[in-house]
Amino acid sequence: MAIIDQVSGTTASYAPKSIEKASVERKLDLAFKWFTAAAALFIALIMAGIVANLIRFSLPAMKAFGLKFLADSTWNPVTERFGAASSIYGTLVSTALAVVIAVPLSLAIALFLVELAHPAVSRVVGGAIELLAAIPSIIFGMWGLFVFAPFVAKYIEPPLHSTLGWLPLFQGPPMGIGMITAGMILALMILPYITAITRDVLQMVPPVIKESAAGIGSTKWEVTWNVSLPYGMSGILGAIFLGLGRAVGETMAVTFVIGNDHRIAASLFAAGNTIASTLANEFAEASEDTYRSALIELGLVLFLITMVFQVVAHLWLRRVQKTSGRR
Amino acid sequence: MKKQLLIAGLVAAAAILAAAAGPAAMAAEKTDVTIRGAGASFPYPLYAQWAADYEKVIGAKIDYQSIGSGAGIQQIKAGTVDFGATDAPLKIDDLNKAGLVQFPMTAGGVVLIVNVKGVTAGKFNLSPFVLAQVFLGGISNWNDPKIKELNPDLTLPDLPITVVHRADSSGTTWIFTSYLDKVSKTWHEKAGADKAVSWPTGVGGKGNEGVSAYVQRVDGSIGYVEYAYAAQNSLAYTNLKNQAGKMLTPSIDTFQAAAANADWKNAPGYYMVLVDEPGDNSWPITGATFILIYKDQTDAVKAKAMLEFFNWSLTNGAPTATKLAYVPLPESLVKMIRETWSKEVKAVGQALWK
Repeated sequence: MAIIDQVSGTTASYAPKSIEKASVERKLDLAFKWFTAAAALFIALIMAGIVANLIRFSLPAMKAFGLKFLADSTWNPVTERFGAASSIYGTLVSTALAVVIAVPLSLAIALFLVELAHPAVSRVVGGAIELLAAIPSIIFGMWGLFVFAPFVAKYIEPPLHSTLGWLPLFQGPPMGIGMITAGMILALMILPYITAITRDVLQMVPPVIKESAAGIGSTKWEVTWNVSLPYGMSGILGAIFLGLGRAVGETMAVTFVIGNDHRIAASLFAAGNTIASTLANEFAEASEDTYRSALIELGLVLFLITMVFQVVAHLWLRRVQKTSGRR
Repeated sequence: MKKQLLIAGLVAAAAILAAAAGPAAMAAEKTDVTIRGAGASFPYPLYAQWAADYEKVIGAKIDYQSIGSGAGIQQIKAGTVDFGATDAPLKIDDLNKAGLVQFPMTAGGVVLIVNVKGVTAGKFNLSPFVLAQVFLGGISNWNDPKIKELNPDLTLPDLPITVVHRADSSGTTWIFTSYLDKVSKTWHEKAGADKAVSWPTGVGGKGNEGVSAYVQRVDGSIGYVEYAYAAQNSLAYTNLKNQAGKMLTPSIDTFQAAAANADWKNAPGYYMVLVDEPGDNSWPITGATFILIYKDQTDAVKAKAMLEFFNWSLTNGAPTATKLAYVPLPESLVKMIRETWSKEVKAVGQALWK
């Protein structure tokens, strides 16, 4: 097939080579599509497999305890009576504590790094925060047990007890190990993630918008509160849910400092346990079938909790994006 | 050209390394047996020392992981280790069902450690009743009159008692709760005796190591650990009144006295509980610790090496054991154990131990 060059009027024979190349490229595109689809499907299948196995191995416990399992806080390996209530409570409370402590701190740090700090300071401090994320969680656990817990017992729990001791939250002996220490260490662990993402989100606010606000006379705080934060709200929410997801499943750091007590206590000073810490402590040695099945059912519960958080995060983000006009 | 040189160089280097490694591997194979064991943290300091000494003498490597008695039983049943170690012995029916043979290696004492200002090792007195009440949560402050009664010379602070127990499944817990179960009816009803129980109060540490760490960190805490942990970490262990009414300070003599009275000959599978033994000098919370191996061994070489390690430890390990305050087993018991090996442990139908 001859092709006539419209400009110069000459003919040239590109035909066989270019069509062949085009069909090869089309085949490569198809292969690329199938390969990536296969990779995605692979992950989905593994996920489904894990969930199926979780359900299969927790069936004995589900048959033995039924839905009572979620409300019962007994954990008795001798009489083989197990209940997830104390673990669920511990997971939710330690995560809530971590988020309550970490979010304001992260926002403050991110705002400092983006809006108020000298660029050099911002770089150095930003680097340090990111290094915090690289510390292995077991190091956090060991540091928590050997350094932080005695510190909390001496300098944080007694003042809280003397000022706010009338609240049931702050009653009980200041042991240093307990829910409050676990919550604080979790906060330290999720802080770098939330800070890093928030910082990136705030840096993406178009300078034009900020300058317009400043141009009509807003103070730095007003620009931040009324312009930057609303603009970056969906990103910040995403960062918070990422941190929350990390806190829910965090195992080693919590196991060291939470005290491993299967009890629901009102006080934050008391020991407790999370689903992850119970699994870490007891799974390797659970030799009886009901015991092991109960532990796997705990794992299934944790998976469901994480799934619920994902769905809530998704819905919340969509709502925020709708109100901010992005959808 | 450069690329080809590089590849040629790499191939040559690989060939040289392989050639060098070859004879080295051949030479090492003579003593390159690694025996894997896992289980109780109670005897871990002793097993670790015996393994180190044995490697220096014979060269065989013993790799012991202190993961708790419950895990040790599980691992040997799953076949992932060559021997399991547990302070909570299996009953003869369980042994026969799993095809395991069980024998004691040593005995030791479980002691109480406290972290109270002004209290040093061997100065604090406890009675079975007070101990049970503390762990039940009935006595919750150090200045309780019942504690004061036992310790008239000590000034104890107005400090809440933090009980520290094990978070993981443990033979040390089994020994300790067997004792509480025997001396306190309330404990028997509320918690019972097992490797892991539903503790009425307190926080849980992982392993003997975890309990010692917690007691050292928390002011006003009390926990139970194997004696070697208390002695080696210079923790303040307490005295305890025994069945004969004597207030004893824990030491190897008291553990030995408790173990001496045991009737091993009539114990199927060497199942023995050594708590609350009679005798003036018997420490009330003593326990033997056991090894579990399969009756039918698949690897004859490894199994023979394993039995030789156990034999060496039982015969030559006494001085090391006494140094760490573990009770070396009497020669009559060791002879019984050797007979059990020749009778029970086989590889491909042939008895391994002659």
